[in-house]
Amino acid sequence: MSSAPVTEPSMSSAAGFVAGVKAARTSVFSYVIIGTYISIGALGHDYGFSALWVALSTLLVWAGPAQVILITLLGTGAAPLEVAMAVGLSSMRLLPMVVALLPLLKTRQSRMHSLLLPAHFIAASMWMEALRLAPRIPSEGRVGFANGLGTAFISLAVLSGFVGFYLAQRLPPLFVAALLFLTPISFLVSAIRNARLLADRLALGIGLVAAPLLTIYNVNLDLLWTGLVGGTAAYAIHRMREATR
Amino acid sequence: MRSIHELWPYMLLILTGFLPNEVWRLLGVLASRGVEEESELIVWVRSVATAILAGVVVKIVIFAPGALASVPLAARLGAIGIGVAAYLGFRGSVFAGVATGCTALVIGALLLG
Repeated sequence: MSSAPVTEPSMSSAAGFVAGVKAARTSVFSYVIIGTYISIGALGHDYGFSALWVALSTLLVWAGPAQVILITLLGTGAAPLEVAMAVGLSSMRLLPMVVALLPLLKTRQSRMHSLLLPAHFIAASMWMEALRLAPRIPSEGRVGFANGLGTAFISLAVLSGFVGFYLAQRLPPLFVAALLFLTPISFLVSAIRNARLLADRLALGIGLVAAPLLTIYNVNLDLLWTGLVGGTAAYAIHRMREATR
Repeated sequence: MRSIHELWPYMLLILTGFLPNEVWRLLGVLASRGVEEESELIVWVRSVATAILAGVVVKIVIFAPGALASVPLAARLGAIGIGVAAYLGFRGSVFAGVATGCTALVIGALLLG
């Protein structure tokens, strides 16, 4: 009767892991990751890094925009402190992403150290897919599910990075431009799909308007303010509407 | 000397790439302790993350990295709009939205470039 894992009452972490790998196989983000990391591999090659260095940056950093900043800034000889600050600012979004996803993954029995690996796998692509798909997985299998999804995505990214690195000189610039465009278009479209609550939709809309305004007026930490002010305003409006219903 | 010279890029990777990035994930693990799955806090935190993500999208499109910078801004903005329209037109197919957006970018670059 219950052949689908969705309806099973419990799930081992190994079965969760397999479900995560399978989810990656049908995810549009697998294609997005292949394309994005071909462009990151090519970028690493063009800025003079080794193939091993690019692969390690994918395993250790695992955040596309941060890796692009890291490669372009280090490659142009920027001061290490400046590079670290630029990477840190661009990756701030990981904090609220981890806080929003981990409570969905863990059970009361989950130990802190068992959450470090799924937390490392959280990047925009994995976050959006796990937020959408993990609720369909029995709760004991969700950490395994996140690890399976993350392992599949990161493996694909490392392999694609090698492909891009070795193809770098043969890729037409316009093709690389289209690959670099995968990140913003997939983040936006997938965020629209995931935005079911009014709070999510408003946050998306306010963020799209606020970020360019704050940048134009040269406000420091523009992404931090976009998130805190935009996200809080969206949540407040959502709460007010809930209260008046 | 030679070995230090060879290892320097890897030390920079750890110091300027891995650590300033991973610290946010570790802080997230600490901050999520005791947070319940169905709590209001989660809705707020998700709104903050979503707003930042929207900001990241805008910044990549406007301040495009690498080869994307050679595509005119109008083509980048137009392709984002066309991609979202395709997503909505194809009844919520993310694949259709992404593929149409990238195709529109290439066509836009050829027409406007």
